[in-house]
Amino acid sequence: MTRKQRRLYFVLLGLVALGAASALILTAISDSLVYFYTPSDLVGKPQPEGRRMRIGGLVQDHSVIRDGKSVTFVVTDLTHGLPVTYAGILPDLFREGQGVVVEGKMGTDGTFLAAEVLAKHDEKYMPKDVADALKKSGQWKEPKAN
Amino acid sequence: MHRYANPARFLRLAKAILPYSSGLAVLLLGSGLWFALVGSPADYQQGDSMRIMYVHVPSAWMGMVCYVAMAVLSAMALIWKHPLADLLARATAPVGAAFTLLCLITGSLWGKPMWGTWWVWDARLTSMLILLFLYLGYMALIDAFDDPERGSKAGAILALVGAVNIPVIKFSVDWWNTLHQPASVVKMGGPAIDPSMLLPLLLMAFGFKAYWVTVLLLRGRAEIAAQKIRVLRLAQVHASSRGE
Repeated sequence: MTRKQRRLYFVLLGLVALGAASALILTAISDSLVYFYTPSDLVGKPQPEGRRMRIGGLVQDHSVIRDGKSVTFVVTDLTHGLPVTYAGILPDLFREGQGVVVEGKMGTDGTFLAAEVLAKHDEKYMPKDVADALKKSGQWKEPKAN
Repeated sequence: MHRYANPARFLRLAKAILPYSSGLAVLLLGSGLWFALVGSPADYQQGDSMRIMYVHVPSAWMGMVCYVAMAVLSAMALIWKHPLADLLARATAPVGAAFTLLCLITGSLWGKPMWGTWWVWDARLTSMLILLFLYLGYMALIDAFDDPERGSKAGAILALVGAVNIPVIKFSVDWWNTLHQPASVVKMGGPAIDPSMLLPLLLMAFGFKAYWVTVLLLRGRAEIAAQKIRVLRLAQVHASSRGE
């Protein structure tokens, strides 16, 4: 084997080993790499009170109730829903059917007390007239949760 | 491949390609900018803020493509000791770093009105920030040795090790829940972006690539000249120290 070949195999072997090691590490710590949990993740897992966390999903249709400065709505992943209350400024993209990530903690009555609400945008980009035409023809697909 | 590792051949090739690549860059970026700012519709949800995407997404691609190129060139420099591969790897690093920074800045400007925050530590944003640090680390490392050869070797190893970050960036939005939206263009089942918006995006993306080729050739040429000067100076010093 020439020195060039030896170096080639050494580099290839190193890359394979490194890739495998990173894959193992990333799979192992996958739980802490997610930016938010879905409401379904919380089912059957009582959360310690006062623990700060993030929940993501869609704002359920017809669930937004504004009451003075505070607003309540339901974050759903289309399987389970979680009621949320929030007092503060909502981002521009916040609306029913839109993806959101709320950060805060669970209250004692099972509602989530949000300290921050972030809007999540989906991967779709289209002009307004195309969106209107799709809705009109019934081809409109509602966004998926997360 | 080995045929083009010759600096003289590279200089001839660079001279032949440069007028085309620079012309193409001007043409693509000019038309791309017009379509991006004037000739394309606003998004149904984001309004005109989505036009930031026409710079943000091509910048992100550039950051990643430059890194892949840097890693491949580094591997070639390590394995076959091509001086030209090493030189081009050095030359592409600042370009990649600049576009990665541009991607992070434009993303932040978009994030504030759309998400409601400048920055979050989700997997996509964090892995992109790591990419910037890899570039900065590489550039610092290659110049940290008195002997440029040792600097390039250390830099090449760093570039190869950092290459594991590239798939993590690409697939972070699929593997983990992130605030960042999933891929719109390069994904299964075709792009989720309207053709009228895909056109300026692709024009800008190819314009960025043409710019990269141009800058890479110019920087490569300058590096070769700098190496010649270094060799001549060394010869001069040797000659004068022998009292000739």
